[in-house]
Amino acid sequence: MSNLSYTDGKLRTILNDCKTIAVVGASANWKRPSFFAMKYLQGKGYRIIPVNPGQAGKKILGETCYANLKDIPEPVDMVDIFRNSNDAYGVTEDAIEIGAKVVWMQLAIINEAAAEMAQNAGLEVVMDRCPKIEYSRLFGELGWSGINTGVISSKRRKVGRK
Amino acid sequence: MSNNKTSDNNDFGFETLAIHAGAAPDAETGARSTPIYQTTSYVFDDVDQAASLFNLQSFGFIYSRLTNPTVAVLEQRIAALEGGRGAVACSSGHAAQQLTFFTLMEPGDEFIAATNLYGGSITQFGQSFKKFGWHCHFVDPVDPENFRRALTPKCKAIFIESLANPGGVIVDIEAVAVVAKEAGIPLIVDNTMATPYLCSPFDWGADIIVHSMTKFLGGHGNSMGGVVVESGNFDWAQNDKFPGMTQPSESYHGLVFYETFGDFGFTMKARAEGLRDLGPALSPFNAFQIITGTETLPLRMDRHIANARTVAEFLDNHAKVDWVSYAGLKTSPFYDLGKKYLPKGPGSVFTFGVKGGFDAGVKLVEACELFSHLANIGDTRSLIIHPASTTHRQLTEEQLRASGSGPEVIRLSIGLETVDDIIRDLDQALAAT
Ligand SMILES: Cc1ncc(COP(=O)(O)O)c(C=O)c1O
Repeated sequence: MSNLSYTDGKLRTILNDCKTIAVVGASANWKRPSFFAMKYLQGKGYRIIPVNPGQAGKKILGETCYANLKDIPEPVDMVDIFRNSNDAYGVTEDAIEIGAKVVWMQLAIINEAAAEMAQNAGLEVVMDRCPKIEYSRLFGELGWSGINTGVISSKRRKVGRK
Repeated sequence: MSNNKTSDNNDFGFETLAIHAGAAPDAETGARSTPIYQTTSYVFDDVDQAASLFNLQSFGFIYSRLTNPTVAVLEQRIAALEGGRGAVACSSGHAAQQLTFFTLMEPGDEFIAATNLYGGSITQFGQSFKKFGWHCHFVDPVDPENFRRALTPKCKAIFIESLANPGGVIVDIEAVAVVAKEAGIPLIVDNTMATPYLCSPFDWGADIIVHSMTKFLGGHGNSMGGVVVESGNFDWAQNDKFPGMTQPSESYHGLVFYETFGDFGFTMKARAEGLRDLGPALSPFNAFQIITGTETLPLRMDRHIANARTVAEFLDNHAKVDWVSYAGLKTSPFYDLGKKYLPKGPGSVFTFGVKGGFDAGVKLVEACELFSHLANIGDTRSLIIHPASTTHRQLTEEQLRASGSGPEVIRLSIGLETVDDIIRDLDQALAAT
């Protein structure tokens, strides 16, 4: 179990600022968690770019899938990693190379060496979290399923990003 | 999986969370108190959004058997007060227990429970659960090693009450948690009598907490409700005991709850399968009443305890009383455990033995004028019952003794009236025995 903690402020800034998210390890199978996350984030207005060598050239959720990050012909703000912790290192190297601003590793994915490398290169790093869950937690939907969001506020809360 | 408790949440005190957690002013109207969303269903934006909701790919409202905005505020509130990851509310405490085991167990599975539970729980576990193919082993919880001795390969959980109803018995939660952890199974704690204000089972290693919100959480004797809270710390994949969490769900097209939702997978499964198929949804109106109750929980519990202490001391010195079982009395064998697990005080429900046995018990409850003779606890009003002639009637003589409800036993739930009035009523009723 990790004890990583990220302030809500940091996560809010990342989720507000990023527009394009490359999802490495994107599945075309609608039952897989990566598909869930992509579909959700796409519904919230993010541009999703799937990355998976097995699906390269095909479409997932209407977006062209690439074999690796370096094949993506346009700028990427965030790289969301659905691979195991070891593989996350190589993906992080590519993320730095293509000029991504954020490396985000999914639940149970932790690679401290990759995190340090990315931070030294000026990237923001989040590990062992899901952007779908954090988005829904911070912007008002996760609580609808009884999940403890930790958000306390006396302000009117519109659902979604500002 | 990590414990995704947010840093922000830990910055607020219990009283603040009791008032604010889960609730924000209504986005459309600015209404400050939580509105009662008295609706069965919710319109979809389009077919694709509906599909996402049904597939659990997004969070939202479909039908109030599954989720409701008023109920959701209460769920978040209780999850926050317990320091848990998520919660599912339902129609009663018994429904919460049913939901918990429905989510954990397969036919043929077993679990271990304390002998001194609320009588209704003993009947539910020992009798009705058989129809689901579940077997409960009951053990005396006073020695935590009894749980270890009763373990079998098919055991999927250990169930205790933090503060037992009605015995005044406090279980060594931390010691039982060690047994559960070593066996790779969750410890479930019924925290009804203690409430999260007095006892924090997750801090002592519990994995799931259940409540009858009917009692102190609602606190006014006007609404039934139950809730299941998940700590988010249990690793469901550490062994192959929990295929429901780690294997594809047939009723969700092969979705794997633990993989997809991580540390709140149990909560999602309890809702998506348990509430969906068993059907014990909490009504939005009851949720509203219980939300209002939680806002004053700390204040009420402080007074409940102050009154209970005074009454217990009065009874302890009364000529017609044989014994008083209140862990707040220095003479109680549970005094030290009480100091550890319930440092603010061991609640306001306790038992005493009236001299004269069964018949004196019956006379006593019938002679009360201020105390209400009824089968509940955790009301603003002081309540009295003679378990042997009422709540515990279904139990055998042996079970009666084991649950601390022999023929001479009287159970009190001390309310918030003026304490001198409470004592005066008991004094005159004892005189009638
Ligand atoms: C400790 C405890 N657990 C569970 C229950 C069952 O709750 P409900 O009556 O809300 O179903 C009760 C009710 O008396 C109780 O006292």
